[in-house]
Amino acid sequence: MLPRPTTHSKALGPGVAGPELAVATSAVLDRPPQPIAHLPLSGAQPCAVDPAVLGDPRQHTKYPYVTGTSVMAIKYKDGVLVGCDTLGAYGTTKRYKSTQRIYRVNSKCVVAAGGEISDFQYISNLLDELTTEDYRIDDGLELTPQEVHSYLCRVMYNRRNKFDPLWNSLVVGGMQDSQPFLGMVGMVGTHYTDSHVTTGFANQLARPLFRERQQDDMSEEDALQLMYDALKVCYYRDKVSINKFQIAKVTKETGASISEPFALDMRWDYKLFAQPTKWAVGAW
Amino acid sequence: MAAAAPYQIGNPLSKVHAEAAEGHKTHATWSPYDDNGGTAVAVAGEDYCLVAGSTRMSTGFNILTRDASMLLQLTDKVVIASAGMQADRKALHKLLQHRNVTYQHNHGRPMSVSATAQLLSNTLYYKRFFPFYTFNLVAGLDEQGRGAVYNYDAVGSYERSGYFCQGSGKELIQPVLDNQLKAASPLLLPPRNSITALPLDQALDLVKDAFVSAGERDIYTGDKVEILIITKDGIRRDELQLKLD
Repeated sequence: MLPRPTTHSKALGPGVAGPELAVATSAVLDRPPQPIAHLPLSGAQPCAVDPAVLGDPRQHTKYPYVTGTSVMAIKYKDGVLVGCDTLGAYGTTKRYKSTQRIYRVNSKCVVAAGGEISDFQYISNLLDELTTEDYRIDDGLELTPQEVHSYLCRVMYNRRNKFDPLWNSLVVGGMQDSQPFLGMVGMVGTHYTDSHVTTGFANQLARPLFRERQQDDMSEEDALQLMYDALKVCYYRDKVSINKFQIAKVTKETGASISEPFALDMRWDYKLFAQPTKWAVGAW
Repeated sequence: MAAAAPYQIGNPLSKVHAEAAEGHKTHATWSPYDDNGGTAVAVAGEDYCLVAGSTRMSTGFNILTRDASMLLQLTDKVVIASAGMQADRKALHKLLQHRNVTYQHNHGRPMSVSATAQLLSNTLYYKRFFPFYTFNLVAGLDEQGRGAVYNYDAVGSYERSGYFCQGSGKELIQPVLDNQLKAASPLLLPPRNSITALPLDQALDLVKDAFVSAGERDIYTGDKVEILIITKDGIRRDELQLKLD
């Protein structure tokens, strides 16, 4: 092992060994590329100044392009259910109808995202590198959902600090020490854990259903029925959604599995749909 | 000024100025800040200190969770309460906890309230040009065992007071405390010690009433209040259920 190099550079201050020395030495130049926490081994690096201002073709994210809509997740007796549709919308055009917005990290954990799909693919790459490292070490230990949640919190917060956010609302679900775990991380680093989490429109549409009907000890059939109802409500009332859903289930016995895409029975012949203003005086 | 100094390669700000001079409007950019609501209150007494924070976390008009804590218990004599943006709060609390642990290892004893107060001020000022969106209170017992409350703005200017509130409900609660705590007015010069003479149980009831009232009118205050009571015997936790609406 080389001795830790120190420097008296004006840039870094006296006696400080920074990750990058002001003076490049072989210790820095010949180091093999390390997977830094929030950067994958390949690809462009985020920087605090908008590269577009410097004439670089890259830009800080100002608005999302291809987006996914809501994600909803609940805990139940044996584990967690995470559900969302499979649409990647380009504004209001329903452009990609078979995107998978749930990513299986390992047998204990899944991550689902709403928001910019390309940023979610980047996040999946980062998680991929972590799980590959786990696999390579081969000691029987896997990343727990709490660790993944913590990691994603820091990634999102650090990108926000660089004014170049990953435009996603992430849901992390899994089994933590045989207990169900559910957490959310937002685009500016806002995060929390709870018995039911949602992103996007589901916050307003599905969350009330969860608050009323979700119990931590509910059975799987009840939980699935609740999830179907929530997905239905989001499809009925969210313009940018399709009737093609995936549900991921994480339990202790069966591990983490993502279902095949499926459709739910929808009815458009409700009387109130036909004449919505009949009962609301003054509405149009 | 910008027209006379055209865009220089390597100086990013000159491009912005040059474009602005030409009349290019820069469109609204994304903001790194978000207010997650909540109210925090701290009251200092002769031999106790109360600090309370609501547990509702919101964004816009949505409630994200009903059970998020605003308080960080650093030692058994010092608590920090932060209202504002949750992501910045968690980052700030993480930093302070790290500094606290390092202090304990280096000095062999826990941090005092005044040391914590100074540390928090310096930490906030470090980010003077991209602030933590947190409005903080440091509460605890000072070296003489009397209650101490320090209040901060977002960039670290602070003063010791007998009581203070921060957060979305602060305008609703602060006048009530000013009136009820029978403490010297904070506007007097020279500054008078404003530690309240009220006993602990009365001050606790007052704080609870204040939160109930604030919860009626402030949409971001509700669900529950988490109260920490700091005395020489340690820190006791109390909870008050608020309306869920």
